[in-house]
Amino acid sequence: MTATIPLWEVFIRPRNGLAHKHVGSLHAADEVMALQSARDVYTRRGEGNSIWVVPSAAITASDPDQTAENFEPTADKIYRHPTFYEIPEDVGHM
Amino acid sequence: MYSQGLIGADGRTEETPEFLARFQKRIDAEEKIEPKDEMPEGYRRTLIRQIGQHAHSEIVGMLPEGNWITRAPSLRRKAALLAKVQDEGGHGLYLYSAAETLGVSREEMTEELLSGKAKYSSIFNYPTLSWADMGTIGWLVDGAAIMNQIPLCRCSFGPYARAMIRVCKEESFHQRQGYEIVMTLAQGTPEQKAMAQDSLNRWWWPSLMMFGPHDADSQHSDQSMAWKIKRFTNDELRQKFIDATVPQAEYLGLTIPDPDLKWNEDKGGYDHGPIDWDEFWRVVKGHGPMAKDRIKARKKAWDDGAWVREAALAHAEKRRARKIAAE
Repeated sequence: MTATIPLWEVFIRPRNGLAHKHVGSLHAADEVMALQSARDVYTRRGEGNSIWVVPSAAITASDPDQTAENFEPTADKIYRHPTFYEIPEDVGHM
Repeated sequence: MYSQGLIGADGRTEETPEFLARFQKRIDAEEKIEPKDEMPEGYRRTLIRQIGQHAHSEIVGMLPEGNWITRAPSLRRKAALLAKVQDEGGHGLYLYSAAETLGVSREEMTEELLSGKAKYSSIFNYPTLSWADMGTIGWLVDGAAIMNQIPLCRCSFGPYARAMIRVCKEESFHQRQGYEIVMTLAQGTPEQKAMAQDSLNRWWWPSLMMFGPHDADSQHSDQSMAWKIKRFTNDELRQKFIDATVPQAEYLGLTIPDPDLKWNEDKGGYDHGPIDWDEFWRVVKGHGPMAKDRIKARKKAWDDGAWVREAALAHAEKRRARKIAAE
């Protein structure tokens, strides 16, 4: 066998009202088998009521080498947080 | 499981001192390392080896118990054993996935297992001779595995730690169902109690060996501790296991097969007799009583499944082509 069986990422919704969350990955020939395997491997104990499978190759990820330039600038923008602004106590909860 | 995963691991690195210091600083700050982060080659190799061996242990570990599914004494026991073996298959898959994030393929890992290049826990090279062994394996083997795996939930490599959290949650049932089986036998007829005792006699020492060689003889431990892949030494974990297990055996009225076992008030733990390390190394190196059978069974499963893998890919390709034609 020369072809390799593709990798899929599995997301599960624990219950309605919550978002699907990444739980792991698995190999499957197609999306039908990926869903079937995800059910067998990742939901043996009532972990959820809905599954998404996504080909791992379809995910575009940010570059870890650019983590600093991507995410550090937010740290000094404290004016984006409500506690930056001073409101007199007399005004009450805001 | 298994600190045995470090045997033969090569933790040497050739990176610059600055790079290694930067990495160690992240580790010391308890930061998790994720797959795409920079990491020393030795860290990557050690993890591929350890997670791979851990995954192989889960998969090979299905075999000694699979041996008894059709002969379980009741439907309740059969359903539980089937669920446990299915869990082990699942645990193997979580772990293979975690190893794959480090750049090794599933096919490479499978080939290494089948060729004998990759090892798995020596415990699975012992035979399961009686039904009592299903109880003892759950109680002792899964108990020892849990002892090893709980600290791995805090391992510095994110995907391994996350897989371990899932595994630990699921494995507590394994140990409890095993203890329940041994308890039923120990409280049964004299023949049943003798069966439980015989099983404990055979599995006690191999279970202690699961923690790997003594600290003084464990060459790769220091680097793995520094990288926070391991959190406790082999001897520390073995001691915890003995201290937890002896009272459980006493409750059952069974005798641990170690005449030197005694409580040591000063250290607040049990002292135990010498472990037969010759036997350990023999079994690790593939001369265990069941080693050939285990690999033969895995190879047969892989070879017999080849047509299924090929058919699944051919079917996927046919559906893909039809979909394109219809567009």
